[in-house]
Amino acid sequence: MKNRVLSLALSRLLIALITLLIVSFAVFFATTLLPGDTASILLGQAATPEAVEGLRKAMHLDEPAIFRFLRWIVGLLQGDLGTSYANNMLVADLIGGRFINTLKLAGVTALFSVPIALTLGITAAMLRGSLYDRAVTVLTIGVISVPEFMIATSAVLVFAVYMKWLPALSFANEVTSFADLLRIYAMPVITLTFGVSAQMIRMTRAAVIETLSTPYVEMALLKGASRPRMVFRHALPNALGPIVNAVALSLSYLLGGVIIVETIFNYPGVAKLMVDAVATRDLPLIQSCAMIFCLGYLLLTTTADIIAIVSNPRLR
Amino acid sequence: MAKLVEIRDLKVEATTDSGRRVEIIKGVSIDIAEGEIVALIGESGSGKTTIALTLMGYARPGCRIAGGSVSLAGKDMVTLSEKQRAKIRGTEVAYVPQSAAAAFNPAATIMDQVIEVTRIHGLMSPDEARARAVDLFRALSLPEPETIGSRYPHQVSGGQLQRLSAAMALIGNPKLVIFDEPTTALDVTTQIEVLRAFKSVMKQGGIGGVYVSHDLAVVAQIADRIVVLKGGEVQEVGTTDDILTNAKHPYTRELLAAFEPKRRQAAQVAAAPAPLLQIEGLIAGYGQIQADGLPAIRAVENVSIKVEKGRNLGIIGESGCGKSTLARAIAGILPAAGGSIIFDGVKLEQNARRRSREQLREMQIVFQYADTALNPAKSVEEILARPLAFYHGMGGKARSGRIDQLLDMVRLPRNLRHRRPGELSGGQKQRVNFARALAADPKLILCDEITSALDTVVAAAVIELLKELQRELGLSYIFISHDLSVVEAICDEIVVMYGGKKVEEITPDKVKAPQHPYSQLLFSSVPKLDPTWLDGVEQDPELVRAYCRR
Repeated sequence: MKNRVLSLALSRLLIALITLLIVSFAVFFATTLLPGDTASILLGQAATPEAVEGLRKAMHLDEPAIFRFLRWIVGLLQGDLGTSYANNMLVADLIGGRFINTLKLAGVTALFSVPIALTLGITAAMLRGSLYDRAVTVLTIGVISVPEFMIATSAVLVFAVYMKWLPALSFANEVTSFADLLRIYAMPVITLTFGVSAQMIRMTRAAVIETLSTPYVEMALLKGASRPRMVFRHALPNALGPIVNAVALSLSYLLGGVIIVETIFNYPGVAKLMVDAVATRDLPLIQSCAMIFCLGYLLLTTTADIIAIVSNPRLR
Repeated sequence: MAKLVEIRDLKVEATTDSGRRVEIIKGVSIDIAEGEIVALIGESGSGKTTIALTLMGYARPGCRIAGGSVSLAGKDMVTLSEKQRAKIRGTEVAYVPQSAAAAFNPAATIMDQVIEVTRIHGLMSPDEARARAVDLFRALSLPEPETIGSRYPHQVSGGQLQRLSAAMALIGNPKLVIFDEPTTALDVTTQIEVLRAFKSVMKQGGIGGVYVSHDLAVVAQIADRIVVLKGGEVQEVGTTDDILTNAKHPYTRELLAAFEPKRRQAAQVAAAPAPLLQIEGLIAGYGQIQADGLPAIRAVENVSIKVEKGRNLGIIGESGCGKSTLARAIAGILPAAGGSIIFDGVKLEQNARRRSREQLREMQIVFQYADTALNPAKSVEEILARPLAFYHGMGGKARSGRIDQLLDMVRLPRNLRHRRPGELSGGQKQRVNFARALAADPKLILCDEITSALDTVVAAAVIELLKELQRELGLSYIFISHDLSVVEAICDEIVVMYGGKKVEEITPDKVKAPQHPYSQLLFSSVPKLDPTWLDGVEQDPELVRAYCRR
């Protein structure tokens, strides 16, 4: 039976790799579809046609797209992300520091949002139909419905402009003490926690409610089990699969989807880097950022799938 | 004997979807003495499980104990607090569920769940509990009692799980055990062993029991007294012998009568030149088609059957024997991988899609669950109008008149035509399901377990209807069932299937003396109303080993 788990897990990994390949293909060709010629934009309006031609040759832009794709993908596999068109720096260097910033923000947000979301989701399911449950449900729907920039700008308005408690911008590089850390991360983390938790709360609540109505939970009740025991010993282990998946989906959003939050708070993360790269038509940078987002997404969802497979006793 | 249980004037209310309160138990009073086993018997919806659960102070979500008292060993379960009730559950009163397969948590080992009661109530150390569990496994004649506990629920068979759930109930040394239809989901050959195990453990321990069932024959084997319920009220109470031999209440007599099906008078065999349906070497199954052109999992292997005009063929076998697959292959829903189907002298295509409309019309299939076979969003009228338009091109007045006729045929009032399936009872739905097949004017109807989701009395009425319609319309049926008495009542020939193969063909009057060992085992395992049947019946251990997947 162990083999079945192993082969299922391996097949998930294989699917992830194939997805990655397809995405790289899509990313590359989507970015080459961007209007405008990179060489002439880089050289500006005063450039002579010969200069543009020369630059095109130097950047291999005259080759067919498929060769450029292969050149790029082979580079990626060797760890060479390419060189930025805009300032000739290595893309790896550009992204490196930013990526750590993004991970920091995602990590701190996950640290707060996951326990909060799970606690709220599970308790709401346990007290289903109560005032508490209804309050949680209404609040989560409310939070889902409010766009992120609204929460972010409101937070800036309240905490930075009126109360002057927190800085409006987050310069992550200036952290010297724990108090600084709190001050700088507070607002982006609050904003992201709002957006990310709502989905997790709803999914957790639904999954736990579903398992709570199964005959084996009723059986536990008839064995004299207390309510917490029914939930934590009987319902939760069987609700793990869907919960882990909801958490992974929410967290993967933190890696790539935080453009709005990073922009509003001027937080130096990868998402903001990518937006800037689009403005300067810096293709290697855009492509690398897109690939990083995709990789993070796949990593999280695949991990969730594998946890769900391993936690299913029928496959053991 | 001292009284263990005193239920007095118990009332339970349920809240309907529309928010209305309905009384589903209307003032029931029952006594149980120590060490006595009392059966609650009645059709679905009679409130037998609801009453049994109130003994644990529990009402299912949406229900509420509205009045009366349920005293168990001197404590009133109705007035106790939830904490006090939890203390009693598992230690003084325990529950054996209808479907053990659903009542075991799939994510924990069997042993953990069996000894959970001792852990919750702090009854004994885990090691002692494990030792006691192994003793119980042995007493319930489970295989490999030492190691079976370390498995997960999906790794043991249904019959074993049912006995394991009894061990789970008995581990806390309860004074009263509630059995909620514990053998209904089992095959008859497995049921015997489980019933025997329950009976011996209960007698040895002098434990009181409540046995909920709809099956009088099963109850007769195990209960000291029988309470007959209908519509949330007690109809009749008496010792088992009294109820079986001297029933007073008309409903009890109906239940008993449903047990003695009237045999169909053998149809006058007209000298037909060719049989209506002749099947040779049919092979059907699921999974990938292999190199030899056969599916990977063969559910039906090389089966040949013959149905004469105006006569009925019964196909009987236990779950997984391939009887439903056979019906699907004959109907062409699941194209057969091999063999030939000759219907009314013409060879049929294996795939229903390639059969002509006329061929489809002449052979209809009726499925087991009318609930899922009828579109819940359509009215009875629309359900019946569809085949009339499709096969006969009927419309307008002619179609409306025919729908009335069809409703008359299946003995349903005409004003039912505007209702949706959700507004009909189980028996009514099955009649609509059958009327839909009749609408096509078929020559042959395949009936796949059409009575097994119905209560005994209702099922008997449906069988009577089928017989009448056959007399009037000259139909033939292929009647698929796991229930020998149903098949006996309506069929002229009976085919016994096991493991995808036809093992024997027999006529109803020879059912007493089958030739094939599996048929012998199967037929002898059907419970009889005689209370001494279980103690008297002998199963050849060789046969049991060969044919039962326990």
